[in-house]
Amino acid sequence: MEQLRTIGRELAMGSQGGWGQSKEFLDLVKSIGEARSKAEEDRIISRELEHLKRRLADPDVQRRKMKELLLRLVYAEMLGHDASFGHIHAVKMTHDESLPLKRTGYLAVALFLDERHDLVILVVNTIQKDLRSDNYLIVCAALTAACRLIGEEAIPAVLPQVVELLAHPKEAVRKKAVMALHRFYQRSPSSVSHLVSNFRKRLCDNDPGVMGATLFPLYDLILEDPNSYKDLVVSFVNILKQVAERRLPTSYDYHQMPAPFIQIKLLKILAVLGSGDKQASGHMYTVLGDIFRKGDTASNIGNAILYECICCISSIFPNPKMLDAAAETTSKFLKSDSHNLKYMGIDALGRLIKINPDIAEEHQLLVIDCLEDPDDTLKRKTFELLYKMTKSTNVEVIVDRMIEYMINITDHHYKTEIASRCVELAEQFAPSNQWFIQTMNKVFEHAGDLVNIRVAHNLMRLIAEGFGEEDEGADSQLRSSAVDSYLRIVGEPKLPSSFLQIICWVLGEYGTADGKYSASYIVGKLYDVAEGHPTDDTVRAYAISAILKIFAFEIALGRKMDMLPECQSLLDELSASHSTDLQQRAYELQALLGLDKQAVESVMPSDASCEDIEIDRNLSFLNGYVQQAFENGAAPYIPESERSGAISVSNYRAQDQQETSAHALRFEAYELPKPSLPLAASQVSISTPNTDLVPVPEPSHYKEGNQMSRSQPSGDSLSGEFGVKLRLDGVNKKWGRPTYSSSSTPPSSTSSQQATNGGSGSEVGRSTSSQARESSYGSKRQQGTEVSAEKQRLAASLFGSSAAKADRRGQAGRKTAKESPSTEKVAIANATPQPAKEQVIPSAPPPDLLDLGEPVSSNPPSADPFTQLEGLLGPASASPVLSDAPASSTSKTPDLMSIFSDDVQTGVTGGTTEPSLGVNVVAAKKGPSLQDALQKDVAARQVGVTPTGNNPILFKDLLG
Amino acid sequence: MGIRFVLFVNKQGQTRLAQYYEHVSIDERRALEGEIVRKCLAPSYSLPLLGSENPGFSSGRYLCSFVEHRNYKVVYRRYASLFFLVGVDNDENELAILEFIHLFVETMDHHFGNVCELDIMFHLEKVHFMLEEMVMNGCIVETSDVEVVEK
Repeated sequence: MEQLRTIGRELAMGSQGGWGQSKEFLDLVKSIGEARSKAEEDRIISRELEHLKRRLADPDVQRRKMKELLLRLVYAEMLGHDASFGHIHAVKMTHDESLPLKRTGYLAVALFLDERHDLVILVVNTIQKDLRSDNYLIVCAALTAACRLIGEEAIPAVLPQVVELLAHPKEAVRKKAVMALHRFYQRSPSSVSHLVSNFRKRLCDNDPGVMGATLFPLYDLILEDPNSYKDLVVSFVNILKQVAERRLPTSYDYHQMPAPFIQIKLLKILAVLGSGDKQASGHMYTVLGDIFRKGDTASNIGNAILYECICCISSIFPNPKMLDAAAETTSKFLKSDSHNLKYMGIDALGRLIKINPDIAEEHQLLVIDCLEDPDDTLKRKTFELLYKMTKSTNVEVIVDRMIEYMINITDHHYKTEIASRCVELAEQFAPSNQWFIQTMNKVFEHAGDLVNIRVAHNLMRLIAEGFGEEDEGADSQLRSSAVDSYLRIVGEPKLPSSFLQIICWVLGEYGTADGKYSASYIVGKLYDVAEGHPTDDTVRAYAISAILKIFAFEIALGRKMDMLPECQSLLDELSASHSTDLQQRAYELQALLGLDKQAVESVMPSDASCEDIEIDRNLSFLNGYVQQAFENGAAPYIPESERSGAISVSNYRAQDQQETSAHALRFEAYELPKPSLPLAASQVSISTPNTDLVPVPEPSHYKEGNQMSRSQPSGDSLSGEFGVKLRLDGVNKKWGRPTYSSSSTPPSSTSSQQATNGGSGSEVGRSTSSQARESSYGSKRQQGTEVSAEKQRLAASLFGSSAAKADRRGQAGRKTAKESPSTEKVAIANATPQPAKEQVIPSAPPPDLLDLGEPVSSNPPSADPFTQLEGLLGPASASPVLSDAPASSTSKTPDLMSIFSDDVQTGVTGGTTEPSLGVNVVAAKKGPSLQDALQKDVAARQVGVTPTGNNPILFKDLLG
Repeated sequence: MGIRFVLFVNKQGQTRLAQYYEHVSIDERRALEGEIVRKCLAPSYSLPLLGSENPGFSSGRYLCSFVEHRNYKVVYRRYASLFFLVGVDNDENELAILEFIHLFVETMDHHFGNVCELDIMFHLEKVHFMLEEMVMNGCIVETSDVEVVEK
């Protein structure tokens, strides 16, 4: 191996002429490396791009020089600048004979271009040619490029050659050919569907690398159609067994773990194949058991495999012994100090509870720790777990927690997700309407713009319809509590639009219903809403309609109410609004103010939102009008179907339009004249009530003007319009769980609580919910609440659901925890600050320690390398380095060294150091890493990167 | 798909290497890298309420090496001045990816000898070649020997 490496290096040296990077390139890297801000970096790159444009325009740039220019382009694009002017040069470079240049060309093309880019066509030809090359390295390069650049259309051009290469004598080529086919499969499954047998064949390849690569396409194929690959279960199990028994070459080992990445992929495949298949799963138990037994919980990679095992076990046909092992490992993960392992543990738990929900109970306290952990990722994962285990018994606690968390996050994507989860859980498991409304209010208040508007309509409907039971008192109770809470909230700034709509509607509908608030107070609030949202037409429309309703109710009660002056000016403004909808509403309001009590009462009956609106499709109320028309000599209306002539009116109209738009000559005969008069009459009759607000028995015209508020509960006619009917029905059934009885909740107490509780909706929710729970599993729950440790309580409410036995058992088991909740807390508090340290020490073989990064171990050397440098750099201190370094190590000289020596020879020295030092440094490769770092530093100095403190860390070893 | 992208970013948030396995336009890359760097390099950013209780929290060492971002996950690991970030699909084994990062760093170390940020900057194309050997449409090859020969 050592030999190969040497050869490789020499080859590379030869072809590139000793890492021939120019001063310019080094300068660029140096200045980027030392740039202290994004702006500075941008300036450097812009300058560089100007420079590159000039350079690339030069027709006779040296090939090797061109490679460097390309890399500079890569830098520019990587740092976010457009360098498209140079793309063509990358394409050109792929034609180059020399392998390194060709590879660089392919690399640059792959980095620059999308597979759909026009220039890629030029590369396809080159790839084709290179696939036929005698040099297998060129073939490899071409295959790698094919993986990145061959789009769907180009697949046929290279497919035959790639398939041929599956039988290439070099394993590297076979492996890449497999991956290229995999890529083609991803791009266009149909293009390679006839080649699937090749993957099966390659699975038996002598070379483990090829076999490992084959697992990727097979995994995708199996995901698509597991049943066609059941015959491979035994093969996969055998391979896994061999891998686990270390039959693969040791070069695949990673931290003493045999081929872990292949093992993980195999486990993923088995999980899919064994899912719901008892027979297939039967083959797997033994090997899974073996892996568990050998499992190495001390290293990350060992845990990664164990985690994958758990995933596999939870996916295949359940086996009690396996599940026990999985649960045991999961609890190890959860108890670990490492956040990463806890994260995996929570995920694993989420998988296991699908099979056995009881498993979660054993870990309740650990789960709650994770929930309260400052680590955001862990928290989210835990919420995901809770989401999976939500039941009607713990929904209140979980949703409360979720909302609490939701309020504090800024990430739009996740906020939307968690809001929709809250809504989903609330709709599915809500123990009471009261709670549902409170919860929804909170969701709307904090994430109203992120949830579906349908949810808002649901909520309004619920408030309007109440419990759907005969208990009127509870309904009005519900409404007035809603009004209370909305009046409190409405003044707050930045409420989401959909929430304001709900508020306006509820205030308009029920604001004055219980007589607690005066009409003018409500109107004032509504006016504030309309005034505060001048750009939101929907909210304004809701507000103005609500005001209209308040006035209507007042008039109907015989009370005279004066329009507030500012309200009047708002009305005037809206009457001239650009929005016709707002105009209409404003005019309606003004018209209504002039009507007398009877008229108003029939136009706007109080609390009629739930009444079914009967749609009189025959328009029978117009009979008198029609009769009158007849008497005056109007022709009777002939229904479309009875009219003479084959073409219906709609057709006719369509034709009409065609005619007008086309203005072409007509050659066929004209139709019979349209019976226009009756039609016109009927149109008039329909529109009449709209224009002159006659008190008709059916306020159906409101449907247009007043969309949401009036028409929503009207059932049938509107289900189409809002598309919510179905959904609502389902939801309605979910509410009102059997154990909840609204009568058991004394209405007065609830209302007083609400009154005292102020804005904290959660309190209200909780108080009612606890009552509800008391009634369902009374004393046990109470006991839970009395335990001082809050965590215990939370645990009980989350997990205690599955009956009191769990709680009892838990109490016995966690006795210590209960007796000394404070010490437990302390322990946890102590534990949290140091997990990083602890996590690494037991869990990792030496190289892993490096993960700690600089603050712990590598800080001392890095703290001030330059002051140390001063002392070490002198010839005197460099000589010991020379003496303990074997001369033979020259070949392993880090690349920087060669730059350095190169520069020394060419005389481009940085200045301060003596030329002889270069030799010292070259020979000193085997020195300790501090020395090494310093030497790199020197080299860097030589090439012009002055470590004057701008960015000293550039020189720090990543490992060590 | 498995791995979606591999990013090397230094402490200042400057990109040192970027490889996307599905093409992403430059503007999107810029935005994405900005978002991710903000999330991973300053984890306390997302925890305005709790951050203050934990001194030393800003170093981010107590946190998970995984961050959920949009609809995928970013697994990250820090080596001295450099952060290695790998974006993966949701069904990927995060711990394994974490170890893959380490494997990659070991491989670079093997090749460069005490690899440092500057090595990567000077030999960007070689690091890319190594990555090409190790990741094709997902992660595969692991022997460090092969790619060294191939230079």
